[in-house]
Amino acid sequence: MLGYVIRRCFIGLVMVIVMSLVTFLLFFASPVDPARYACGKSCDENTREMARKSLGYDQPVMVQWGQFMKGLVVGREYPVDPELRATMNEDQITECAAPCLGYSVYNNKTVNESISEAFPVSASLAVAAIIMWLLGGILLGVLAAVTRGSPLDRGIVALALVAYAFPSFFIGTFLIRYVSLKWGLFPFPEYTPIAEGGVGEWALNLFLPGLTLALLFMAGYIRMTRAFVLESMSEDYVRTARAKGLAGRRVLFKHSLRASLTPLVTMAGLDFAAVLGGAVITETVFNYNGLGKLAVTANATFDLPVLIGLVLLLGSIVIIANIIVDILYAFIDPRVRVG
Amino acid sequence: MSSTLSALEGEQLPEPAEPDEGAAQKVAGKSPMRLAAERFRKDKLSMVSMVIVVIYLLMAILAPFMVKFGVIDPYTLNQDLLDANTLPKGDFGGISADHPLGIVPGTGWDLMSRLWYGITFSLAISLLATIVAMTLGVVLGIVAGFSRGWVDMLIGRAIDLTLSFPQTLMLLALSSLAVAFLTDYLHVPEGNIAQGLYVVLVLGLFGWPSIARIIRGQVLSIREREFVDAAQLLGASKLRIYFKELLPNLWAPVLVTFTLTMPAYISAEAALSYLGVSIKPPTPTLGNILRDSLLYAESDFVYFFAPAFLICIIVVSFNLLGDGLRDALDPKSSR
Repeated sequence: MLGYVIRRCFIGLVMVIVMSLVTFLLFFASPVDPARYACGKSCDENTREMARKSLGYDQPVMVQWGQFMKGLVVGREYPVDPELRATMNEDQITECAAPCLGYSVYNNKTVNESISEAFPVSASLAVAAIIMWLLGGILLGVLAAVTRGSPLDRGIVALALVAYAFPSFFIGTFLIRYVSLKWGLFPFPEYTPIAEGGVGEWALNLFLPGLTLALLFMAGYIRMTRAFVLESMSEDYVRTARAKGLAGRRVLFKHSLRASLTPLVTMAGLDFAAVLGGAVITETVFNYNGLGKLAVTANATFDLPVLIGLVLLLGSIVIIANIIVDILYAFIDPRVRVG
Repeated sequence: MSSTLSALEGEQLPEPAEPDEGAAQKVAGKSPMRLAAERFRKDKLSMVSMVIVVIYLLMAILAPFMVKFGVIDPYTLNQDLLDANTLPKGDFGGISADHPLGIVPGTGWDLMSRLWYGITFSLAISLLATIVAMTLGVVLGIVAGFSRGWVDMLIGRAIDLTLSFPQTLMLLALSSLAVAFLTDYLHVPEGNIAQGLYVVLVLGLFGWPSIARIIRGQVLSIREREFVDAAQLLGASKLRIYFKELLPNLWAPVLVTFTLTMPAYISAEAALSYLGVSIKPPTPTLGNILRDSLLYAESDFVYFFAPAFLICIIVVSFNLLGDGLRDALDPKSSR
């Protein structure tokens, strides 16, 4: 078992390294000069050269990548160029502690700071969404399975598909403009941290954006739950449970559904990792300053360090989530370890 | 007893195939293809979705001709039909006989013409992106599944790696870089052609892994069949085995995957339009029409809802069609 864990972690580490390399090559293969954007509007040749040196853009891509990887492990200082750094005062040098993801001239702070400001918003949104899509998906999926073939079953599956098929920025805008502003069913959603407004306020404000995000996944989970429950209903242990006279509801929840939960929760874990950084559209529609919004802003201002930092962080989260799932599976099912 | 004996003693035994041709055909003459077609035809929901998909495709093909012959006109600015606040005069976004769905606030474009022509661009982009993703996915899936060993492992790792990238973020973050790359290095004309090409390429490049996984699984299950062994014994080249032996046997999963990838890319085009990386107005796509309509979500609800409904209907129809095809082609699959 330990061998498997080590092997799996090693592969994950290699994947993170390869991903960082690919990201660097992708972002620096273009004809766009990142220093031009980094030094802002009033920019002559001199200041541009300064910006290039202070961010290390004067070095070849591979060297920059090496510096970045080193910074991840031991941290780094900005400006990057040692000669330039030597000419500067203490307070002009920015320390970026390990794991350093870079420094954004545009925001005038390290990428780590920008990300740690945005992270709680995205995490809250992802938590709200996963609760809604798991609860909604499993409940409606079970309901559809129990009433198989009835209008209710077809209605649930159809509604979920329709909700999925509408673009999420349409649903988000509809929720804001109609449900919240016009009909006043919900207060205008503005992110409030738990520390400021308490859990109630926090949750209430997350309802509409969470729903927008959850609807994207709900259809898939309804269909999966329905299929799993229907499949398990023909299993021997369910028949046994029925035969020994257990109540229908007990059979459903304690036997049938329980067996279906493992794959569902696995899926949910992976989707959660993806949603953490993938809520670009929902965050933009609701103007939530999370990681997705950070990416949109960084893209508009061509803030390369932020973009690279975000891609690597979110990619690593997905890779780590995959490792955790694999290890958990290996723990449950010994056959996995060999393969 | 007597009849059996007489039969054994050399009286004409009926030949199994010959005597009654019609009856024999009824029993033995159905190819798997015809069985699938029959199953599909019985499935009303799938038939309805197929009709809707065909209508959309016909509209998409017809639209350029309609524009050329002046039947629909997506570019004329009917400023005289707008009031002082640049909102359409009249109810429901200025619906009239000339403009059945009203006109676009701000510009005065005819909404119906724009939606119709927008279907063409949306479907064209998602179709091209699907073709790119399918080509990559099918080729790499076949190679991985057939080769096994280190080739399989390498492609498998590439699949894992591509799937680990945060997709929406990459599509967004690469846009300005890649568009600059296309125009500066590859001399693609600037503007919407480069933008459209970017969307096609980037959706394809990030979309192939899931397709490759499906195809690889299918190849693993047919690679041990006799016809593959026979081809190998006859000295067929790898390329021949990939594309002449394996590929024709994969048309069912390819067709189903294709039908399920299209709607995903129609949605993706809309999402990218919202983020401003897809084709931009005045060229209409369903995505950019919807994006522009968000400003008028309350003041002009026809404008707001119409493009969203068109996207929803085609995405639902393609999905149902794909499900129907899967059920028809693979009777073992259970939904």
